[in-house]
Amino acid sequence: MKKLLLATALVALGAGMAAAQTVRLGTEGAYPPYNFVNDKGEVAGFERELGDELCKRAGLTCTWVTNEWDSIIPNLQSGNYDVIIAGMSITPERGEVVDFSQPYIPPASSAYLALSKDADLKSGPVAAQTSTIQAAFVAENGMTVVEYATPEETVAAVKNGEAVAVLADKDYLKPIADESGGALVLLDREEVIGGGVGMAFRKSDTELRGKFDAAIKSMKCDGTLDAMIVKPEYFGPETKVWGEEGKQGC
Amino acid sequence: MSMTCWETIQAYGLRSIGIGENLLPKTDFTLCQQFTLIGSGLIWNVYFGVLSLAFGFFLANALALAKSARSPWLRKPAEWFIFVFRGSPLFIQFFLAYEALVMLPRAGIEIFGITIATSWTTKAWAGALFVMFLNTAAYSAEIFYGALRSIPKGDLEAADAYGISGWQKFRRIQWPTMLRLGWPGYTNEAIFLFHATTLVFFSSFPAFSQRGDALYYANFFADKTFNPFIPYPIVGFYFICITLIVTMVFGAVNRRLNRHLPQNLKSRIRLRPQLVR
Amino acid sequence: MLSSCADPKAIEGLSWLFCYLTSGKHIDFYWSFLTVLLLLAITAPAALGFGFVGATAARSPFLPARMLGKTYIAMVRGVPDIIYFLFFVIALDQAIEYLKFLAVCPAGSPLPWQGLEFRVCPEAKVPLSTSSAGWHKAYGFLLAAVTFAIVFGAFAANVLYGAMQAVPRAQLETAEAYGMSHKQVFRRILVPQMWSYALPGLSNLWMILIKATPLLFLLGVKDIVYYARELGGSKTQAYEFPHGDWRLYYFLGLLVFYLCMTRVSEILLGKLAGRLSRGQATAAGEAMRKAAA
Repeated sequence: MKKLLLATALVALGAGMAAAQTVRLGTEGAYPPYNFVNDKGEVAGFERELGDELCKRAGLTCTWVTNEWDSIIPNLQSGNYDVIIAGMSITPERGEVVDFSQPYIPPASSAYLALSKDADLKSGPVAAQTSTIQAAFVAENGMTVVEYATPEETVAAVKNGEAVAVLADKDYLKPIADESGGALVLLDREEVIGGGVGMAFRKSDTELRGKFDAAIKSMKCDGTLDAMIVKPEYFGPETKVWGEEGKQGC
Repeated sequence: MSMTCWETIQAYGLRSIGIGENLLPKTDFTLCQQFTLIGSGLIWNVYFGVLSLAFGFFLANALALAKSARSPWLRKPAEWFIFVFRGSPLFIQFFLAYEALVMLPRAGIEIFGITIATSWTTKAWAGALFVMFLNTAAYSAEIFYGALRSIPKGDLEAADAYGISGWQKFRRIQWPTMLRLGWPGYTNEAIFLFHATTLVFFSSFPAFSQRGDALYYANFFADKTFNPFIPYPIVGFYFICITLIVTMVFGAVNRRLNRHLPQNLKSRIRLRPQLVR
Repeated sequence: MLSSCADPKAIEGLSWLFCYLTSGKHIDFYWSFLTVLLLLAITAPAALGFGFVGATAARSPFLPARMLGKTYIAMVRGVPDIIYFLFFVIALDQAIEYLKFLAVCPAGSPLPWQGLEFRVCPEAKVPLSTSSAGWHKAYGFLLAAVTFAIVFGAFAANVLYGAMQAVPRAQLETAEAYGMSHKQVFRRILVPQMWSYALPGLSNLWMILIKATPLLFLLGVKDIVYYARELGGSKTQAYEFPHGDWRLYYFLGLLVFYLCMTRVSEILLGKLAGRLSRGQATAAGEAMRKAAA
């Protein structure tokens, strides 16, 4: 076994010398329209297109890796990939362990998805994905949180009555509500949690972070980022965009 | 504001059953916090282990008898039940049970005008317990079935010679001998059943209000501190304690079951890992 | 993908189902069954090897070796295997990179453990960040396989230790009487004879190993459980094949797969047990002799 490992390492070493520096982008692959694995088995969604464009602008070769959400930061720390681009909201708590780029999506609302408009959020558990800002928010605001490992399971929990509602990014919940034929609705109450969505880096990777920061800024400046956000297959024309705020300091 | 260790124990000692501090620690993650919360989670492991063993014991006896029955109407269902639960991973059983239980109508089922509530079945305390109960019953039934078949022929002939038959023969001869012969295997089953309780919150059953078992909190700390080298060994330590206690309790029963035998015939308990899921 | 499946939203019925079941992700799903079989194929002999070394060590006259062997055997008894799985994979990964760090990083590099990060110089990463996705997958899989082998090696050591103790003393003493050395007795008598005693335990171990494979999914390997969850989850219009929550059906499929694996193993191991019992001084061997006579 040891020999096999050594052989793997040596071949990997050889392969590495031939190729140029590759940046590995880590994502969850289960959070459409931000990122998901399509039926061909490839990473797709808004962040796929954005990430590829940013890599092009920064002159980097990038590959995509998927990783379970609840271990996505530890696996960045241990070097399994170099960047997290997974709809991750910028929070001070996460900022203590990773460094964020500037946000590429403005602070968005989180919405509640429930079976009816008059759902009483205090009457029962509210579902959220484990270690998301929404899970922390529910727990801290006097509601009972019930946690699931994947976003998929949080929605299933509402459908089958396990939870009164699910709190998640509105952009993720909206298509689900629209396609449910009225079975699931978004509540009027919304929460603004977190400071926008950004890419996360290891604290020691300042150079890489600088490259992506510049690329994001350039996309804000020439308006391509806004154009990408409002694409109908991603967040649609009604979404909050950067607008003039993004063009400051160009 | 940092707490002393005693304050931490007061705040989190019973956190896993919803008593004490509502919010999990957000900073520090001291050794004391980790020991306390993981220990608090252990309540659930003990709950699942003890109750499923207790209920499972009775079903296992019935299944073992059914499997040794002559009538195929009894034998076949028992054989299938044992095969399905022993032949598939507990992990998959949890997934399937949860997916099936959430399909029950939420409003309850109406039978003869009485509404039977169903929503509690998907909670871990009920649903996961139910799966573990069936699972351990299947494994234990196989052990007891094997023990029933290895009862010395002479014992049964002696019973016949004394005119003991039917229920009397079963209660006084067959059942105690089966227990005695099967007990070492059953002890291992108990140990590994406790180990298997760590799978509950790692499969499908969600943790309500962040109330989970020892592994759930260990995982919480490993995620927060990015350091697996402290929380997981703590769980390991707690489980070594559980294993020692189970071995002691079952050892005492074993001595009682063997008390009438001469020293050299007593069966000793040894690890036979055939019982892991 | 077939040309008739180019626009899945326009087709329906059986042809939709056919296209759905042959989508790229489903093909990956089918391959992942091979991943599970490959894991079994690598882990079983490796665990047997670890187990053999462990059992031999536990019988060694040399005290430290005996202690190590006995500790290894005892380790799976007290602590749930899932704890080792969650823990070993990270520990192994860091250990391997640390060794490579010592070998290839320039002198004076800081130690890899820095605060909350584990960081080695780019040349010491395993695999290198420039290597293809295939290598990363293979490495992740290999880490999982080694972890499985270590944990199940401890179970195997326990079984083999018991089997070595069960070989009748008389057989070993006879061999000694013929003037065989310790080593010769071990190699020519003990090892060949113990298999018949070890087989029931090893058969059970094989069953346990089969049933432990869903844990691969917890180790970050994309196995059948990962795909069943991923494919079965409900899909919005963002996907080519939107559908509701079908996880129950996918998991029923997995249940059938595992039951078949168990059944086939039971039949094959039963045959093997018959072969190994031939001529042995055990109840099964005696029964065979009587049947033949």
